[in-house]
Amino acid sequence: MPTIVIDGKEYEVPQGENILEACLGLGLDLPYFCWHPAMGSIGSCRQCAVIQYQNPEDERGKLVMGCMTPVQDGARFSITNEAASSFREFIIESLMVNHPHDCPVCAEGGECHLQDMTVMAGHRDRRYRGLKKTHRNQYLGPLIHHEMNRCITCYRCVRFYKDYAGGSDLSAMASHDHVYFGRHEDGKLESPFSGNLVEVCPTGVFTDKHLVNDYTRKWDLQSAPSICPGCSVGCNTSPGERYGKLKRVHNRYNPDINGYFLCDKGRFGATYVNSEKRIPAVGRRSKDGLFDAIDSSQALTDIAKGLSTSKVIGIGSPRTSIETNFALQNLVGQQNFCTGISETETALVSACIEAIKESGAKIPSPREIERCDAILILGEDVTNTATRIALSLRQAVRNEAFNMAEGLQLQSWQDAATRMLVQDERSPLFLASPHATQLDDIAEGIFNLSPSNIAHLGYSVASLIEGKKDDAAKKTDANDYGNIAEALLKAERPLIISGTGVTDTSVIKAASSITSALVAKGKETYLSLIYQEANTLGITLLDQGQGPSLSNIFEQGENNSIQTLIIVENDLYRRAAKHKVDKLLQAADQVIVLDILDNETCNQADIVIPASSFAECEGTLINFEGRAQRHFPVFESKHPCRPSWEWLTEIGKISSNKNMLEWQCFDDINKACSESSSTLTGINEVAPDRKYRVGGRKIPRQPHRYSGRTAMVANLSVHEPKQTDDTETPLGFTMEGHSGDRPGELIPFVWAPGWNSNHSVHKLQTGSEGELKGGRSVVKIESKKLIQSKQQVKSVNQNNDQDHFIAVAMYKIFGTGELSSQSPGIIELCESESIELAIEAADKLGVSNGDGVTAHGVNGTVDLEVKINDSLISNCVGIIQGMPGAANINPGEGLSLTRSENWVRRSEIISSDQLGGKNV
Amino acid sequence: MIEAFVSQIRTIWRILLHSFTKAETVQYPEQKPYLAPRYRGRIVLTRDPDGDERCVACNLCAVACPPDCIALQQGTREDGRWYPEFFRINFSRCIMCGMCEEACPTNAIQLTPDFEMCEYDRQNMVYEKEHLLINGTGKYHDYNFYRVSGLKIDGKDKGEAQNEAEPIDVKSLLP
Repeated sequence: MPTIVIDGKEYEVPQGENILEACLGLGLDLPYFCWHPAMGSIGSCRQCAVIQYQNPEDERGKLVMGCMTPVQDGARFSITNEAASSFREFIIESLMVNHPHDCPVCAEGGECHLQDMTVMAGHRDRRYRGLKKTHRNQYLGPLIHHEMNRCITCYRCVRFYKDYAGGSDLSAMASHDHVYFGRHEDGKLESPFSGNLVEVCPTGVFTDKHLVNDYTRKWDLQSAPSICPGCSVGCNTSPGERYGKLKRVHNRYNPDINGYFLCDKGRFGATYVNSEKRIPAVGRRSKDGLFDAIDSSQALTDIAKGLSTSKVIGIGSPRTSIETNFALQNLVGQQNFCTGISETETALVSACIEAIKESGAKIPSPREIERCDAILILGEDVTNTATRIALSLRQAVRNEAFNMAEGLQLQSWQDAATRMLVQDERSPLFLASPHATQLDDIAEGIFNLSPSNIAHLGYSVASLIEGKKDDAAKKTDANDYGNIAEALLKAERPLIISGTGVTDTSVIKAASSITSALVAKGKETYLSLIYQEANTLGITLLDQGQGPSLSNIFEQGENNSIQTLIIVENDLYRRAAKHKVDKLLQAADQVIVLDILDNETCNQADIVIPASSFAECEGTLINFEGRAQRHFPVFESKHPCRPSWEWLTEIGKISSNKNMLEWQCFDDINKACSESSSTLTGINEVAPDRKYRVGGRKIPRQPHRYSGRTAMVANLSVHEPKQTDDTETPLGFTMEGHSGDRPGELIPFVWAPGWNSNHSVHKLQTGSEGELKGGRSVVKIESKKLIQSKQQVKSVNQNNDQDHFIAVAMYKIFGTGELSSQSPGIIELCESESIELAIEAADKLGVSNGDGVTAHGVNGTVDLEVKINDSLISNCVGIIQGMPGAANINPGEGLSLTRSENWVRRSEIISSDQLGGKNV
Repeated sequence: MIEAFVSQIRTIWRILLHSFTKAETVQYPEQKPYLAPRYRGRIVLTRDPDGDERCVACNLCAVACPPDCIALQQGTREDGRWYPEFFRINFSRCIMCGMCEEACPTNAIQLTPDFEMCEYDRQNMVYEKEHLLINGTGKYHDYNFYRVSGLKIDGKDKGEAQNEAEPIDVKSLLP
């Protein structure tokens, strides 16, 4: 490691860094704007100037930009030198010349990098007397608010949006001091990563629109370390609350998973927590069909009574924590516990687990995906099903660039130079999918194939890698897919991505065989399999294939052998065809539903119990790589909401369930769960338990400058209530406690003296993009411990007639998620329920966009709106998952379509935001 | 000994003289003391010269408040202005330090020379926006934050605030 001298003091710094990185890593404050740890340096803002001396005798030195100067052994620098510090002050003074007088009405205020840097550089009084430039704002959709006047032209937004995230609809426009960052016209930002502009912009040009209209400063937000429940990636988030409402979600740095960036579903898709659809009370259906609010203890006693006398079935959920599912499993017994995942999906998950066990490949974290240098995606629409991974893939194809740069001894942080050098050279990425995906622009080869042909492609590539193919018939394969096999063999770290999204087990098996072939060749091979929900893998491991499947339960319902049905956080109408669920819910004598938001299943229940959302309770989720992670309550559940695991434990205690009598708190359930099977061992080590203290103190959820403590609830009573004791977690609902180095999984928010923005995270890291100083527990379930479910699944009868279309599952980042699609902002972006048709198919049926078709499948008929997707292959139709009608069609089944004659076209909906917000 | 005696006599003489000076005590509440305009008493929320509420709900008063007795929630009005949806001061906690007034970037929150706010019931010491907002500009007559700020509101387009140039036409090729 080179030793450098800064202001007369010697420091050892990592090789290959620049001075700015090195200074920040050493804990020295040096202002900067355009540099970003994940995006490298371009040296455009001139803010990080330091003096570099040639030798110990040199007293004058020269001014260099910290972010563009590599560290060298023996190099001498000065940050505090008068010439450097006054230069930095002048720079910020010139940046502030046009900055508006907006801070009080700016949603960035209080966590603004520009404010921090202005104070740090020492600029105070405005001397310029000329007029300030102004700009008109643009409407950028329901998620992002634009205020162009505040721009300091650091170019970070376009560098993130275009260069890093591959977006194309945000750019720098006009020239010299007219430069403008926006779209070519008003309209929503198309990239699914646009929300990161909120954190990437060092000032308030791009802000969270939901927050702007219901604003709370960062110092007033109560936060807790949390995990995004939106998909199976498990990004770390830091949601903020005030006055009982979830205000916003910010990124929480985790070097293995999300790094500095989240997707828009994660960032904006959590405010369903404040929804009016929250179940307000424990309710029992009265004779008139309406729900009466009843006393919860009475309800629990009644349920417990029913449990001991009747046949009970419990249906769990892949969108809630392991603990909730474990509590339900204990309450009803393993043989009566159903995962609540549809048959088809269970089979796919089992196939994934089998693939992982058999192939011997490594399961990469998103960070490791970024290091892979040849990628094959089989069927999975990653941008819509595991969005954050798509961002990692965009970095992975840059490995070729970094190799080329290394050849010229160019450091990887030399962003502009590297991009100039490599132009469009990319590491190979091959895509096989029934339709176009948002990663097509970086793919070297795109194969538009039906799911069964994707599997064929996979097997062909596998045998090409194995070198088995020799007969002439298979030479065509070599012609078509030879370059895939070649690229994978040439790579140092090849990666195969597939998942349950393509809804075809043979595709997953094909992915497995390619991986095995590569492993057999001695390659360091990675296999990434994507699941559809936050805890799909977790609940499958919990169940271990012991419990009944959904269709088994439907059968039991038909035989009238179910008396009590407990459904936990699962809307069955999204899992199976309507007529089946209807029959089941009617057959059961008593249906008890625990859920967060009101839904179709709740409507059919006899007793409804309000459950806490992810932001109000503790829970463990297992992500796609088998990594267990804990989310902590951000704020207290509003009465009478309680975590599902708490309700279930209560019922268990009343009915004297042996196991559950001993459970006093979350940690007990968690511990019991980890001891219950060898697969889940270790999930109690995911985060410190409730007794964890640092120097006898808890970790505060509120920043030390949290305001309004004695006035927030003074309207109710002037006598301030005591802060609620949090007996379940090591965190406190208070501003007092330990705020120094903490374990990574217990960092509710980031702040450091002088660094109010999220850039303060570097004070908690060891080097940029490095590990957290407080350490981090990484609990990953080893692949050899995975136990696959033994469920036998009837294969869907495929109708391969000419007149039949194959139903292909399609996913939308906004709309497929059950809960996220209820968040304001996202509601506007959700597409309507529709069936996607290729042009040829639409022509044959004589329909166009907006018309209706009737789909005849095994579950009867469904009327759906037509959307033409010209990238779809002609014998497939896309069914968007998560929409009300979609559950009636099994992906993979053959559908016959007819034009729906009495279809009424929907009237155009005008975005509410554009309507009322002329100043927004 | 003599010295001590003289000292005692002098003290008695002085006290005697005080019997003839004017009394400092006033007959409060019939008689009111003079309080300077900058006396720090009851807090009010003022309006700008155009009669609109000055508070933009920036939360700086709340964060500056040592006993944390100010709580508010921001909202956005139809015309684009930020405003407090509610604004609450718990005067039973307030120490009249005036930090909120110093922190206020819009001159909205001001302390007045009124200290007569005793109550029999402490709950009545909790003032909401309707109790705090007055119909006037208070000590600062001319300041209107939105005339200075770059934010666009109804009646003030981009480029119409003080010291602002016309909005840039991005599509123009002129230098």
